[in-house]
Amino acid sequence: MYAPQLEPMAPRLYRIQRVRRETEDTFTLEIAQAGGAVPTRFAPGQFNMLYAFGVGEVAISISGNPGTPETLVHTTRAVGVVTNAMSHLKPGQVLGVRGPYGTSWPIREAEGNDVVIVTGGIGLAPLRPLIYHVLEHRERYGKVVLLYGTRTPEDILYRREIEQWRGRFDLEVLITVDRATGHWRGQVGVVTKLISRAPFDPYNTTAFVCGPEIMMNYAVEGLQKRGVPSDHVFVSMERNMKCAIGLCGHCQFGPTFICKDGPVFQYDKVERLLAVREI
Amino acid sequence: MVTNVGVKEMLLEHEFLRGLDPEWMEKLAEFTYTDSYYPNDYLFRAGEDADRCLLIRDGNVALELYDPRRGSVTLDTLSGNKVLGWSWLIPPCKWCFDARALALTRVLAINGPRLLQLMEEDHILGYAMLKRFAFLFADRLHAARLQLMDMYAPLR
Repeated sequence: MYAPQLEPMAPRLYRIQRVRRETEDTFTLEIAQAGGAVPTRFAPGQFNMLYAFGVGEVAISISGNPGTPETLVHTTRAVGVVTNAMSHLKPGQVLGVRGPYGTSWPIREAEGNDVVIVTGGIGLAPLRPLIYHVLEHRERYGKVVLLYGTRTPEDILYRREIEQWRGRFDLEVLITVDRATGHWRGQVGVVTKLISRAPFDPYNTTAFVCGPEIMMNYAVEGLQKRGVPSDHVFVSMERNMKCAIGLCGHCQFGPTFICKDGPVFQYDKVERLLAVREI
Repeated sequence: MVTNVGVKEMLLEHEFLRGLDPEWMEKLAEFTYTDSYYPNDYLFRAGEDADRCLLIRDGNVALELYDPRRGSVTLDTLSGNKVLGWSWLIPPCKWCFDARALALTRVLAINGPRLLQLMEEDHILGYAMLKRFAFLFADRLHAARLQLMDMYAPLR
């Protein structure tokens, strides 16, 4: 895990290098530090606070390759005022960046195990750095399985990259959509259905889960049914983050703060809290 | 030609029936046959008589519903070791959806009326089978409800 800069509330200036439309409402920004300063390293699963000047700041997971930190990559969906403003930014324009913040996926602890990644919708973005890392150090892991569910075929993120991953012999990629449209000939149904047929050894598996909370709950249930122990399952939580350093309390989740104690949690540590509606 | 012994082995191997008394499988094998379908073949169509309990051995099948405005809409897909439909179990025993093979698909087809008769005659077997179907109904209903949730839709 990498700690943020000494002045945690002061954003650094990053220039947009590239904007990529992923789906109708989702886009990816590739940004590099203005002035060519030393790149800020990050660990898979961590997030940055992105500041659209004059509009506001939002927490966005880093979705790029941790091996090439000179370019930060963030995929986000245009759903609010800030992300909508960001979706209109062009290459050459400037963003404020604070971070990286939060806990990361335990990639070292997973070495020697099979790796199962269960994700839905835009939940693939925070897991992509983990996938890059695992593929770059493929010999350290057993079977690697990516189970990905989306709303429709048009909502599949990183389509070209997923096609490349599907072409590999050392990575099993299973995709399903909730609603088939057009000429889709793949799987239809919820992502949790894929868990029962995925090839992995449940007793020697580390599972990484990210997506809507309801999907994560049922994904964990499916993993447990297969025999994966709860302490081998990690989830990435999402709450309204503001300061990102555990001061403001906006992202308080029971006794924890998502921004500094999370966003990645070992499932058995938050299982009880997930059942409490009031938080 | 697949013999009764071969069919019995296939029944025993199928995930849905795993753990059931092998003697029952012998009885089931008497009225079970194997069948295979090429991509785009229909295993059955909505409205036809549902007279077979189909257990998918391998392959991939789309469950579709025809909408005059949108054409055929795929609601679910089922792959190896899954059960395809239960309309043979519930009167009026008509299929509710179309089932189309997406890949070469091999199935075990158990004669529906004969299976129902056996379940009536042998209540222990009948209860064991119904219990498995109850789990299956719950599983599919649960998945359908999650699909209805539209959980990946943005919160605006």
